[in-house]
Amino acid sequence: MTTNGAGDGHATMDITLHIWRQAPGAEGMMVTYTEEARGISPDMSFLEMLDIVNERLIATGREPIAFEHDCREGICGSCGMMINGQAHGPERGTAACQLHMRKFRDGDEIYVEPWRARAFPVLRDLVVDRQAFDRIVEAGGYITAPTGTAPDANLIPVPKEAADAAMDAAACIGCGACVAACPNSAAQLFTAAKLQHLNLLPQGQAERYRRTQAMVDTMEQFFGSCTMHGECQEACPKDISIDFIAYMNRDYVKAQLRNRKLAGQRS
Amino acid sequence: MIGELDSHVPGGPIEDRWTRHRFDMKLVAPNNRRKFEVIIVGTGLAGASAAATLGEQGYNVTVFTYHDSPRRAHSIAAQGGINAAKNYKSDGDSVFRLFYDTVKGGDFRSRESNVYRLAEESVNIIDQAVAQGVPFAREYGGLLDNRSFGGAQVSRTFYARGQTGQQLLLGAYQQMMRQVDLGTVTLHTRTEMLDLVVKDGVACGVVVRDMVTGQVTSHSAHAVLLCTGGYGNVFYLSTNAKYSNATAAWRAHRRGALFANPCYTQIHPTCIPASDEFQSKLTLMSESLRNDGRIWVPEDPDDDRPPDEIPESARDYFLERKYPSFGNLVPRDVASRNAKAMVDQGKGVGPLENGVYLDFAAAIGRVGEDTIRERYGNLFDMYERITDENPYRVPMRIYPAVHYTMGGLWVDYNLMSNVPGLFVLGEANFSDHGANRLGASALMQGLADGYFVISYTLANYLAGLLGTAPVPTDDPAFAQAERSVGDTVARLLSINGTRSVDHFHRELGKILWEHCGMARDEAGLEKALTEVPALREEFWKDVRVLGGPALNQSLEKATRVADFFELGELMVRDALHREESCGGHFREESQTEDGEALRDDERFAYVGAWEWTGKGSDPVLHREPLDFEYVKLTQRSYK
Repeated sequence: MTTNGAGDGHATMDITLHIWRQAPGAEGMMVTYTEEARGISPDMSFLEMLDIVNERLIATGREPIAFEHDCREGICGSCGMMINGQAHGPERGTAACQLHMRKFRDGDEIYVEPWRARAFPVLRDLVVDRQAFDRIVEAGGYITAPTGTAPDANLIPVPKEAADAAMDAAACIGCGACVAACPNSAAQLFTAAKLQHLNLLPQGQAERYRRTQAMVDTMEQFFGSCTMHGECQEACPKDISIDFIAYMNRDYVKAQLRNRKLAGQRS
Repeated sequence: MIGELDSHVPGGPIEDRWTRHRFDMKLVAPNNRRKFEVIIVGTGLAGASAAATLGEQGYNVTVFTYHDSPRRAHSIAAQGGINAAKNYKSDGDSVFRLFYDTVKGGDFRSRESNVYRLAEESVNIIDQAVAQGVPFAREYGGLLDNRSFGGAQVSRTFYARGQTGQQLLLGAYQQMMRQVDLGTVTLHTRTEMLDLVVKDGVACGVVVRDMVTGQVTSHSAHAVLLCTGGYGNVFYLSTNAKYSNATAAWRAHRRGALFANPCYTQIHPTCIPASDEFQSKLTLMSESLRNDGRIWVPEDPDDDRPPDEIPESARDYFLERKYPSFGNLVPRDVASRNAKAMVDQGKGVGPLENGVYLDFAAAIGRVGEDTIRERYGNLFDMYERITDENPYRVPMRIYPAVHYTMGGLWVDYNLMSNVPGLFVLGEANFSDHGANRLGASALMQGLADGYFVISYTLANYLAGLLGTAPVPTDDPAFAQAERSVGDTVARLLSINGTRSVDHFHRELGKILWEHCGMARDEAGLEKALTEVPALREEFWKDVRVLGGPALNQSLEKATRVADFFELGELMVRDALHREESCGGHFREESQTEDGEALRDDERFAYVGAWEWTGKGSDPVLHREPLDFEYVKLTQRSYK
């Protein structure tokens, strides 16, 4: 235990970090930092701790650790890293940017790695490419509503329960923790959340089955299969329920039948 | 040479102007739209909604975002809500009232016609968002719920829990992704715009850098739309996301676009006070909290009892005391300045005595903890995660922080800058909020511009270009811009100084917060005008950017901070020249006896739009006079 430089007697922490470093196109490796994360205040966020480490790396002529972050309020979904083997670290329902160092103890060793999934290739250090999520949305994650065609907003009442459940699903921040936590690197929780946000609303009914089939089929081009481990729900910083996967599976089965019938009528 | 600024506001009664203008403008027929290339930079509410709408209409749209996904744009962080003059509550709202409130709230420094159009389109936004599946809060009958929001005496704010910006952005993003699937929109992620290309005075494309590979490329189009947000991060500490920056807008400014009212910056009253030097950003909590929270400080500066031991008689509910009719719901600038006054008087609370209390005890007593949890649960959780204090039991501590910038690139009524072919939407332009933005109006403006204004005004511009091809990217204008971008990047990578980019950014922020923050005076501004350039000199001599051009976050920051230095200086100049107080711009020399902002309409009822005249040369001020035909110029009073 040391005191911080300001000399005001607040207890600070000394942390040993093991961080995945990987240059573009090169093999990666864990690198240990013992000096760079000393004198850390418990009131710092985890990312502010990494900021300090980076400042110290720069000061000694070493390239800083690349990591994604933006809003630092847990809503943009940019940040994401495995902290001691847990997606976003030890605090439940909390993105890495809102995790604070008071959740650790002086002397702790912390292992920090990028999301590990074939669909999320590492670009540098802790930064991965999550474009596969955009491909899933592009496949059907919308309600077709060309600008200017909408009727009055209060024309179709939406039961509060439906609106609330849709909002629970829509709270997904697209960070990828569910994929990273899954032993199969499956994206069922993400896809189900995107689907059920729209499938639960009256406005979403017209395209419900087409949407479900298109998004699930696209998901399977990139990600592994779900075997119901439930790790995704545990890792989700927005506490999105695994129940949505059940709804998605139900809709997918119906979609197989219904879309086939429609296809039959068209031919 | 720039002549007189023409806002191109149509004539006639204000309620007919937009309707008539839409009829008077030229159209592009559906079969001709695919002949036009349009570039959109930024995928927040303005950019994503514009891309979705223009793609749907049949234009060839190319979109650039520096994020890994368009959904990450900072619009996503807006919490509280979006205004619309639906009058669903029958409590006296109307398009005219929303217009009136916005002009008055902006302290009479906005353009009446733009604001009226914004109020008119507000109702369409809600219809559009609901059709897309935005899960707004509902009442048990299934109809949309509303609440009242900072500065308004009617319930006109629609919301989706505390995540309204997220839900509206996802709505626009999904509509845009549909167009990506249909092939009308081409999306480039992790790509930042580093220059605007102008040929013969007309915008014809952009130069961008692929942030993964470092490759610099040119893209040409018939028109360029900047939807790149505000410049609050010039202060280093703000509620903006860390990547938010002004580079696209500033590069356009250096290529001839006028920058209007840069000194109008909004300080948001309900943020979590800074806790130490290492702080990387400030966290905002929706000001909807002020609907139920009561703001107070101890009467006695030396009273250091915990808040629950301070009796009612020893508390000063200063907003309720000073502004009995608006109370805790006064506009943001008024709430912020009063909080600052309390802290300056030594009445600040918390370990660093840098906050005021926002107390929910009365509201919890009145409606119960469950109702408060339903309304603000996620905000309370967020507060607790950061401060380790439970706001259901202990009053929150809040302090103002930089949040939004009303200034931006100058645009006319058609959202076109003075550079033909360059359009600016959302927070990046200056047009609708005057000197102060009302709560729940930023989402409204971004979406009005993107969904309902640009498709008409862009067609009017493009119609005249039918049959012309975009300037080819092998034109010398593109080569010159690419070279200039390449040189800047190479120079930053070669300085190899001793101090990090963050170090310089933080120092710049301190100067600006000190001298050009919540209150400004001539001496401080003069000081900043020498300190900022001096620090910029040091930056260009001593900044250390390690590594190469490929995925290099220090390099990304360095190009942005380099532009913040120039923008910061212009902000100070603008604040210095505007010898009045208005909205977010408070000059110590210009206040009423009660310490309220005192405008000088005789001298300053104009938009101040600055022209870049080259490095080391003073910018030139152009004025667009503001007329107030419908909302009479009055001293704002929220008593």
